[in-house]
Amino acid sequence: MISYTIRRILIAISTLLIVLTIVFVLVRIAPGDPAEVRLGDYASKAGVEALREEMGLNDPMWLQYVRFLKGLVQGDFGRSMLNGKPISGDLKRALPYTLQLTFTGIIFGVLLGVPLGVYTALRRNALPDYLGRTFSLAGLSFPTFYLGILLMLLFAVKLRLFPVVGGGDIHSLGDNLQHLFLPALTLGLIMTAYITRIVRSSVLNVLSEDYVQTARSKGLKEPVVIYKHVLKNALLPIIALIGVYSIVLIGGSVMVEIVFSRPGLGKMMIGAMKQRDYTTLQSVMVVYASFVVILNLLTDLTYGLVDPRIKYD
Amino acid sequence: MTAGVSQRQRVLHTFLKNKTSIIGAIIALIIILIAILAPWISPYDPLKQNVYYRLTPPELTHPLGTDLYGRDVLSRVLWGARVSLLVGTVSVLLGMIIGTGMGMVAAYKGGKVETAMMRAIDILMSFPDEVFGIMVMIVLGSGLLNVIIAITILMIPRFARMAHAPTLALKEKDYISAARSIGLNDFRILTRHVLPNIFGEILVMSTLWLGTAIRLEASLSFLGMGVPPPTPTLGNMVRVGVDYLGYAPWISVFSGLTILIIVFGFNILGDGLRDISDPKLYA
Repeated sequence: MISYTIRRILIAISTLLIVLTIVFVLVRIAPGDPAEVRLGDYASKAGVEALREEMGLNDPMWLQYVRFLKGLVQGDFGRSMLNGKPISGDLKRALPYTLQLTFTGIIFGVLLGVPLGVYTALRRNALPDYLGRTFSLAGLSFPTFYLGILLMLLFAVKLRLFPVVGGGDIHSLGDNLQHLFLPALTLGLIMTAYITRIVRSSVLNVLSEDYVQTARSKGLKEPVVIYKHVLKNALLPIIALIGVYSIVLIGGSVMVEIVFSRPGLGKMMIGAMKQRDYTTLQSVMVVYASFVVILNLLTDLTYGLVDPRIKYD
Repeated sequence: MTAGVSQRQRVLHTFLKNKTSIIGAIIALIIILIAILAPWISPYDPLKQNVYYRLTPPELTHPLGTDLYGRDVLSRVLWGARVSLLVGTVSVLLGMIIGTGMGMVAAYKGGKVETAMMRAIDILMSFPDEVFGIMVMIVLGSGLLNVIIAITILMIPRFARMAHAPTLALKEKDYISAARSIGLNDFRILTRHVLPNIFGEILVMSTLWLGTAIRLEASLSFLGMGVPPPTPTLGNMVRVGVDYLGYAPWISVFSGLTILIIVFGFNILGDGLRDISDPKLYA
């Protein structure tokens, strides 16, 4: 297990390094001079040149890259191109809103999707199965932003049960939860659709195995067969795909934050993009990329815990 | 030849028995027809403004209402569907050609080529679609061609991964070794002997991914990074409508509903086709 874990961590670090390099390169080749952006349209040529020097933009690319990586290791994300303030402060403010939203979405999806997936698999080709399949296909087809808008229209604009936009005060539980509900419901419903689908097909797969027939013919009660023999064996692909779909969910969180004007990373990223604040943009991308790499690592490590055979891969 | 026809008849028979596929195919066909016929069936010019009819609710002359500038929402939705379908189809086709080629070559060549290609694909796939799409659009700038390029880049790894696994299994088959031993070159072996065997599966997935591509185009347009105005795009119409949600919800609701129907149509068609190709899991 230790060597498996170490190997996975090393792969994760190398992946992260490559991803960070891609982000660094993309931000450098994006159109627009950062110094010109910061000083505005009426800046003098000399002023722009001085700022370029100060920002280290005249240094060779490799030196900028080393500085970028060194800063990240020290937790320094640099300064905003727009106002010169440290980006880490903005990140610290935005991160809880995104984490809260994403985790609630995943938990919602698991709590609703797993039982729904098992139930539809057990009622294969009956009405609940058709309804469940239609629900999950509809969920997969819904653009996240559109589902968010419909929920906002119904619950916030028409029924006035929840606030229309904003993230609420993160330190006030009631206010925070009120603002979290609709965005989390949006992501949660989409996640439920994905999870229902994978749980259903995974359970169907296991149900056709010989050992399930054996368990039944031994006279075991159906709940015991389902829990001990079916669910335990269906778990591995489910975990794998929940990991994959959590990445989809992170993408979805960007859209949800824009719809509900929730002050998380997604909103920060789109704001930075519109104002051409490339250093902030780069930092948000780094955080997103790290999320994904960590999520993949956790998924891989969970495999090892759930299925002991994997340790010897 | 006879065997080919009977195989085709068998597939058609299974397809006609699968209700989901039929519903999906009908929706997809209607969408394709609408997209092609948009210039002739739109009741109004989608760009024509009429200040006297600003934010008119759905009524007989404007069945889906009008927008902020008095433009007919139905006409804009029909033209928007055309853009969605164009971007989706071209990106999926390009992604299919490049990605399938990459996946097959990686599996067939093996060694360092395979390791490097598949690692690159894993890394590309580790970005959430929206985040990577935004990154590419920042570098390229908005515009029809750039949206197509961005979504193609997102589609390539999917197809590459899809083509990789079956090619790995196929290259061990006797007939591939035989083809190699009689001196056929790699290109011919891959296109004539490997591709026909994996193409069915790839075609099924491309139907599902067409839905994904259309959803992504809508998401980028919603963020203001797609095809720029005044060209009507469904995502952009939803975005503009959000500001008027309280008193003119029809702008966002109908344009979003159109995206949903298009994606749903292709998803159930793809899902049904997958039922046919893998009845054990999905029937």
